[in-house]
Parts: sequence; C-alpha cells; structure tokens
Amino acid sequence: MTTLPTSVGTSESTLGAAGTTPAAPRGRRRRRGPNASQWTAAAFATPLLVYLVLFYAYPLWRNIDLSVHDYNIRAFVQGNAEYVGFENFAEVFASSTFPTALWNTVAFTFVSIAFQFAIGLALAVFFRSSFRLSNVLRALFLVPWLLPLIVSASTWAWMLSSENGIINSVIGAFGIGQINWLTSPDTALIAVTIANVWLGIPFNLVILYSGLQNIPGEVYEASSLDGAGAWRQFRSITLPLLRPVSAITILLGLIYTLKVVDVIWIMTTGGPGDASTTFAVWSYREAFGTGQPDFSPAAAVGNILILVALVFGFLHLQLQRRQEASS
Amino acid sequence: MTSTRPWWKTALGVLFTALMLFPVYWMVNVSLTQTKDLRASPPHWFPWEPTFEGYERVFAQQMPALGTSLIVGLGCVLLTIVVAAPAGYALAQLNLRGGKTLNFLLLVAQMIPAVVMSMGFYAIYVRLGLLNTVGGLIVADSTIAVPFGVLLYTAFMSGIPRELLQAARVDGAGPWRTFISVVVPVSRNSTVTVALFAFLWAWSDFIFASTLNRNGDLIPITLGIYNYIGNNTTQWNAIMATAVVASVPAAVLLVLAQRFVAAGVTAGAVKD
Repeated sequence: MTTLPTSVGTSESTLGAAGTTPAAPRGRRRRRGPNASQWTAAAFATPLLVYLVLFYAYPLWRNIDLSVHDYNIRAFVQGNAEYVGFENFAEVFASSTFPTALWNTVAFTFVSIAFQFAIGLALAVFFRSSFRLSNVLRALFLVPWLLPLIVSASTWAWMLSSENGIINSVIGAFGIGQINWLTSPDTALIAVTIANVWLGIPFNLVILYSGLQNIPGEVYEASSLDGAGAWRQFRSITLPLLRPVSAITILLGLIYTLKVVDVIWIMTTGGPGDASTTFAVWSYREAFGTGQPDFSPAAAVGNILILVALVFGFLHLQLQRRQEASS
Repeated sequence: MTSTRPWWKTALGVLFTALMLFPVYWMVNVSLTQTKDLRASPPHWFPWEPTFEGYERVFAQQMPALGTSLIVGLGCVLLTIVVAAPAGYALAQLNLRGGKTLNFLLLVAQMIPAVVMSMGFYAIYVRLGLLNTVGGLIVADSTIAVPFGVLLYTAFMSGIPRELLQAARVDGAGPWRTFISVVVPVSRNSTVTVALFAFLWAWSDFIFASTLNRNGDLIPITLGIYNYIGNNTTQWNAIMATAVVASVPAAVLLVLAQRFVAAGVTAGAVKD
C-alpha cells in the first residue's frame, strides 16, 4: 500500500524541492484551525460555483424574468419588455392547449414508465442467471440508449410511416388495415410513447440488473431448498429486495420523461393539432417551433416544469437517504 | 457446468436482442436501399442491391457538420472535467462547508429540462451576440454533463483512502499538488466515464443546437439530420445514412468502453 504513494511522492518531491520553503508555513497555517482547510475546499469548488451561477442560475433567472414580462423579438434585443406579473401564467392556464397538454404529459409519462419498467425488470431477471453470450447480448441492449435521439426518432418516424412503414406492412400481413400512426390524432401519442418506451428499456435494464446483482445468491438458494418456484421467488425475494432501486429507477424515469422534447418534436412536432403535445413540447413550440417566437408564455410553461423538477428533487433526496439508511 | 447454462436461454436472449435492435437494423437497411425501392410495398427486408448513394451524399455534404459536432463534443468534455473534477475533490475529501446543499442543487440542476435552459441561454446570447457560435453551444451543452460529472467524481473520490492523501502531504505536497499528482491519476476511470458521457450528450444534443445555433454557419450533425428531414422527405436513404454515420461514436464507445458506460448509467442510482 505504501509503495504507491511514495513512488509518486518521490518523483514529485524532487520537482517541488524549490517549493518546500513556502509549503512549510502553509502547512503550519492549516494546522491552526478549520478555516485554512475551508479556504482550500472553497478554492477547489470555485470553478463549479462560478459555473453554476453563470450558466445555471443566470439562465434560470432570465427565464423567470421572461415569464413575468411581455417579450417579443424586438423587446428581446432592446430589453424594454413590459412587466405583466402573472398574466402569462394566467394565459397559459386558460389556454385550450393546457388541459390537452396536461393529459398528454400524464399519459405519456405514466404509460412510458410502466412499460419501460416492466420490460426492463423482466429482462433484468432474465439476464440475472448468466448463460452463453449473456454479457454480449446485455451490452447490445445499451445501443438504443446511446444513439442520438434524433437518430432513433427519425428511424421510428420512418418505420411508422403510413404508406411505406415496416410496422404497417407487418400488421397488414395479419389483416389489420393501415394505421396513420403519426398523422392521426388518435394514434400520434401512442406512436411517440412506443418510441419512448423503446428508448427507456436499456436504462431500466441496466439499473435493475445491477440492483439484482446486489441481492446475495444464497437468498435464492435457500428459498429453492424450501421449495419456492421461480414466480414465488420473484414475488417474495426479487420484488421486495429490489424496492429501493426500483423507486430510484422510476423516479429518474419520471424526471427524464417529463423533459422529453426531441423524440416527440422530431416524430410529430406535437401534432396533429395538440394531439401529442406535452408541457415540454408546448414550451419548445411556443418559443422556437413557430415562425413567431412567443417567449413569455413558453417561459411560463417552463417554470411550471421547474417546479415539478424541484418536487422530484426533494423526493429523490428522500429516497437516497432511505437507501443509505437501509444499507 | 453446461447443464446450468441452458441453450434455450441463449436462443431466447438472441431473439430478444434481435427484436430490440430491429430499428437499428432497419436504419442500416434503409440507408442502403435504392431510391426507387424506398416506396416498395412490402418494404425490402434486406438490401439485396445495396447502394451507397446515401453515404456518398453524407460525405459530400455533412463533413463540416461532423467536424462541428466533434469540436463541440471535445470542448464540452474539456469544460466539464475542468469544472467537475476539482469540485468533486472538494466535496469528497475536503469537507466543503455547504456541501450537502451543493449536492442537492446539483441534483435539481440535473432535473431542469433543457428546453427551459435553452430559453434562458437564448435571452442571454441574443444580447451578447453569442447565438450561432460554437463556443456558446459548448457552454450550453456542458450544462447537461457538469452536474452528472460532479456527482460521479464525488462518489468515486469519497472512496480514495485518506492514508494515500496523507502520505502525499507528508511528502510535502500542498493541496494542489496532491490533487494533480494523486487524486487525478487515481480517478482515471471516473474521468473516462465523465468524458464519455459529456462527449456523447454533446454529440447527440438537439435541443440546444436547434435553439441556439439554428442559423449558424457551423451546424452540428444532429441539425444536419433535422434539416435533411425538413428539406427532402423523399430521400430517406440519405437521411438514414446520415443517421448511421451520426451513430458511429456511440457504437465505438460501446465496443471500447462498455464497462464505463454501465458505470455511468448506474451512477447515482445504485450503491456499489
């Protein structure tokens, strides 16, 4: 153990020989109290703190500023937008898009997570006992998660296209007529949800799989000695012992799904009409999706999303604390 | 041993993987299909007469976009590591006051939708004239990776034995020396994971690119694909060829750095 630090240290001490004189008082100062070491800690954290203020706090503050003013493109450049208080929020809540977007967000999120989690868990259990090629196959499952979203989304858009899509061709072989997946208001949300489920399976699989690895094998051996079958083992061992990891997986899934813009925008642009518009897509469309940017209501919708993020942030913290307490 | 590893599981696993990867296969298949066969019914399941028209077009038109994405990705990696590694050290080993609050802020930061950030950045960049610049895009893209990077570094650096750092101090190394010559080399694996994800996220980013860099001379490859979809909806072989080329980094990383990928996905969700 000691060989590693000394071998690193000796090469450094020759280099830093000239620096020993100033280093000695520095060491003495550190011993004087917690203050000096706090300064060191703060110095190392400074880049991050500056970064967070400039590139997180400032843009977020600008976003709140946008939502309480009446900004258009000209006011944007000149910076003389009129203060309107909560008018933009009132406008958003009264908008006919609001109930649709709310329902779509809830349905898209809930259905996506239910399927991602169920399929991810089933696959994780399947891959738990290793078999020939299991590691290679499990690695291949990561591919959808690593591809740029625009790649996956445009591939799904082409697969689901009405006349030339492979999906319609396959279900046509079973006697089902053409479905206008992306252009019919009845199916647009289903279509983007299918693509999003596919995107989320790898994430769920990987996390739940590593959660399963932490369950000791003896527990399963003991229960099979007691005559428990596979289903019984799943219900009485896997599910309860996996609960903390499952909770975090679902929460991270929620956060990710609420943020989704790319997939929906590329496949349907939230349409037809508002048929597949979620809050995040709505915000994007108001600000950047049309010829006439309407930043203020877009920022208002965005601020609602931030509030939701804060709530989930607290939830995440609670879950993590509980997990740490239990382990 | 073979009796505990039944062949039917392998067969089933191959089937599941094939189903899962079908869209990826389809992307490659369409990218090689001749234009006249794109609208064939039923669609061609296999590119019997492959064409490379699509790829020729990619290399003729999209090279600047690929270069831009590469620069943005590398810039994002650099910025993320420079900000995240020292902060991780401060949080993990130096008992930074307010560290818990900072951790919470980073968690919340990860949850803020990119579309919200993009509006804020847009408002700032309009004034500063940073719209449509590569630098502006690098900064915006790095906001996806920095909180993740800090949390990952903190988790790893907490595990560095105190004796190792004390030994460096005994040898006369100050905090900065200790950081550069002990902490950073020991945390090499974390750096690889952070770099990998920072690159991949910047490379894949669509939201910041489409909002902050939409009229730039140098557009990244994701916008290249997006503009393609908007402009000629008939040339899906060319669109899919671009998509295949844009997927190359992901494929390379999966082959070369699979264990780092898995480490990054589970970071923050599962305690080892």
